Order: sequence, then structure tokens, then C-alpha cells
Amino acid sequence: MDWQGQKLAEQLMQILLVVFAVAAFITGYVVGSFQLMLFVYAGGVVLTTLITIPNWPFFNKHPLKWLDPSEAEKHPKPQVAVTSVSKKKPNKK
Amino acid sequence: MHSFGYRANALLTFSLTILALMAAMASFSDNFNSPSPAAHVQVLNVNRFQNRPNGDDEIGMTLSISADLQSLFTWNTKQVFVFLAAEYGTPKNAMNQVSLWDGIIQLKEDAKFSTKVKNKYRFIDQGSNLRGRDINLTLHWHIMPKTGKMFADKLVVTGFQLPHSYR
Repeated sequence: MDWQGQKLAEQLMQILLVVFAVAAFITGYVVGSFQLMLFVYAGGVVLTTLITIPNWPFFNKHPLKWLDPSEAEKHPKPQVAVTSVSKKKPNKK
Repeated sequence: MHSFGYRANALLTFSLTILALMAAMASFSDNFNSPSPAAHVQVLNVNRFQNRPNGDDEIGMTLSISADLQSLFTWNTKQVFVFLAAEYGTPKNAMNQVSLWDGIIQLKEDAKFSTKVKNKYRFIDQGSNLRGRDINLTLHWHIMPKTGKMFADKLVVTGFQLPHSYR
């Protein structure tokens, strides 16, 4: 799952669950059945699980394009000039 | 959200949080119900009125109880516990409550009932204060919800004067 896909999955999960909860509460209250509310919501949770948990192809439409290693070697990472001495992180050499 | 486990965990926690919220809202919706219960209780006969060897008064009576408690039921009601209490004051205790009969109503259809019963629990006073005593028969109920807050209320049904002599 790529970055865009992860964002999509999270938003989809939250929106679907809230929508199903509201729908379940309204139907349960109107029909007057607590059980029906639970069933509607349980159905919504199962559906949301099926949609957002497996790694579906539509979560992988924006793959990261990494540079080719040989290409990277031609453009070495510029060394950061060390100005401040008291840095907490030790510089990797 | 990068792995199967993370997504499953996020979904589980979020869905359970919402479920708790729904339960709270269901409990809150009970406040919009304004019940109008009705009850009628009549003492048909005082079968027995004795002074027990230890000095306590005991009464056996036959009661006719009819009530319509259907309006207590909402979509969030699991059951209603109802009991009939004899309430009276004595010189020693300003308020005495003796439970005479009780019942558990699980269905709204059963909440409208009418029965003739002898007192289910023994009506015993701690002392000999019952002769000629005015008692109130009071119907109490406790509404047990599926989720959330319990409600309790009562209805004073009938005043009744006990006999002046043992029989």
C-alpha cells in the first residue's frame, strides 16, 4: 500500500464507520429496535473491514519512484557543512 | 496504516469507540420518553391476621393488581422490575415498607396485566402495630435498560385500613 493509499484507507474507514453508525442509530430509533441498530452497525463494520483492510489494487495507484542505484551514485549526497558543534545527533560518516 | 495489522487495529478501536458512543446516545434517548403508567390495586380479602408467638403481627391477604406499564418501555428497555409494597408509619419508625408481591416484565406486551394474588412475601410487622393501621399500597418499578441509566419510580395506588382485631 503506498502513501496515498494509506491516507485513503484511513479516511475511508473513518467516514464509512461514522456513516454506518448514524444510519444504524436512526433506523434503530425509528423502528424501535435496539437489536436492529446493532445488526446494521455490525454489517457496516464488516463491510468497512472488507473495503479498507485488504491491500486492494486501488490503494497502490501512486507507487514511489525510486532512483536507479547507478543514477544515485552519479549524484552523491551533498555533505552538510558542520557549523554548530553541540549537535545532539552524531553525524554519520 | 501501512500494514494489515495496523489497519485492523485502527478499525477495531475506532468501531468500538463509536459503538460506545451509540450506546450512550441510546441511553440518552430514554430521557425523551415521558411515561404515563396506570395501576389499580384492591385488597379483596384479609385472610389471616395473627399475632405471632414472638409478638410480631402477620397478615395474609388477597390482592387484585391491575396495571398498564406499557408506556415505560422504550427501544432501550431490557426489562422492568415491579413490586408492590405496603407502606405505613408506626410510632417507632416513620416509614415502613413491606414488599408483598413482585414481578419481572420482559416484554412490552406483558406490561398490561391484571392478576389476583395472595401476598407473595409474608407481610410481617416488627412489632404489633398493624391493628387498625392505615397502609398505602404502592407500586414501585425499576426500568432496566439495555445500555445506560436505570430509572425508578413509584405510584401510590390505594389507601387501606387494616382490621381492628386479629382473626
